[in-house]
Amino acid sequence: MNGIHDLGGMHGFGPVDPEPNEPVFHHEWERRAFALNLATGFLGRWNIDMGRYAREHMPPAEYLATTYYEHWLYGLERLLVEKGLVTANELATMRQNGRAQGLRAIAVEDVPMMLRNRRAARMGDRLAPPRFKAGDRVRTKNLHPTGHTRLPRYARDKIGVVDRDHGVFILPDEHAKSGTKVPAHCYAVRFEGPELWGPHAGPRDAVYVDCFEPYLEPAP
Amino acid sequence: MSEHHHDHDHDHEHDDRPGPHGAPLSDVQLRVRALESLLVDKGLVDPKALDTLIDTYETKVGPRNGARVVAKAWLDPAFKQRLLADSTAAIAELGYIGRQGEDMVVLENTPKVHNVVVCTLCSCYPWPVLGLPPVWYKSGPYRARTVIDPRGVLREFGVDLADDVEVRVWDSTAELRYLVLPERPVGTEGMTEEQLADFVTRDSMIGVARVNPPRR
Repeated sequence: MNGIHDLGGMHGFGPVDPEPNEPVFHHEWERRAFALNLATGFLGRWNIDMGRYAREHMPPAEYLATTYYEHWLYGLERLLVEKGLVTANELATMRQNGRAQGLRAIAVEDVPMMLRNRRAARMGDRLAPPRFKAGDRVRTKNLHPTGHTRLPRYARDKIGVVDRDHGVFILPDEHAKSGTKVPAHCYAVRFEGPELWGPHAGPRDAVYVDCFEPYLEPAP
Repeated sequence: MSEHHHDHDHDHEHDDRPGPHGAPLSDVQLRVRALESLLVDKGLVDPKALDTLIDTYETKVGPRNGARVVAKAWLDPAFKQRLLADSTAAIAELGYIGRQGEDMVVLENTPKVHNVVVCTLCSCYPWPVLGLPPVWYKSGPYRARTVIDPRGVLREFGVDLADDVEVRVWDSTAELRYLVLPERPVGTEGMTEEQLADFVTRDSMIGVARVNPPRR
């Protein structure tokens, strides 16, 4: 979706503001919001792309006026109701109307295994033959889906060169929609600065975007 | 690891919302607390598991891991070769595996090529080697500007690149996670892996800083 999360190339944000000796969390509620997201995610009722898509629905003005873990909290509340773990009434009143059925909370002893995950979105390389190879010129499609996508707006309808084929990964667009794992080659595509930003871009600046094969078509 | 150790008695720490000492909890604090209670009551989360998750990313996993990878690559040419050829496997040799680092790509900075990593769409970041991302990495200015004005952003971080240096910005739009292998500073000859790892900074592994030689 063309949401406010897609920030690449916008002006007006001011300088980057690093905090010296920044702590991992700034507030106790951030710790809890972070861990609640992981612990409920491990229940398996949604995937990472559904998680991102949920956060993308935060209204733009609210997104810009809130902090990072508030985005996570918004997405979590949305998913809990959407996936039926919590009813809208329970969320509104913050009182339970019955315990969850058929689900077991992640226990302390489950955590190390959950975190030592070795395989996320990668699928078998033989599930799909590659349409492109390193060195191929490609054009990103001019796509504006209302669903989830990982092709940023600044990189749509642009010509680049395939830098490398990362292999086959779950296509996020369909994964966010239905949970179906559609295999797609994912390529690092190099875009020259002027192709993305016009004549004022640095001639020796390039942006690499990881593009799923359905985002690409051959370029002359 | 000192930057990861943390005093837990800090409910009011850096609070940018209303509520000095003794004042009512802010809306978001109350909301998260209520949500946790609801999910515990429903049997969907175990608060002790939450504590373990928090402790893992607050005190155990952090940029010290990535610094060890970098130091080893500086000292061991065979490891460096493996690291650039199959980053995930080489990093796993040091035991750094897991969520948000399942598929790693290491990018080597050289005198002529400077790599810098961003996630314009959200906050993708290699957790097993760098821990959780700092606020600036997840914030509007960095995500908006790094792709369109990388040299301007780098200058703010104190990296002024000559015109003949190529800048490569890597936007983490998929499930690959990027780690920059910074240049080894001069004046570090003869140092051990441990000594080298001591001054490899998080920012240098995101690509927004150089590694400065240690003060003698």
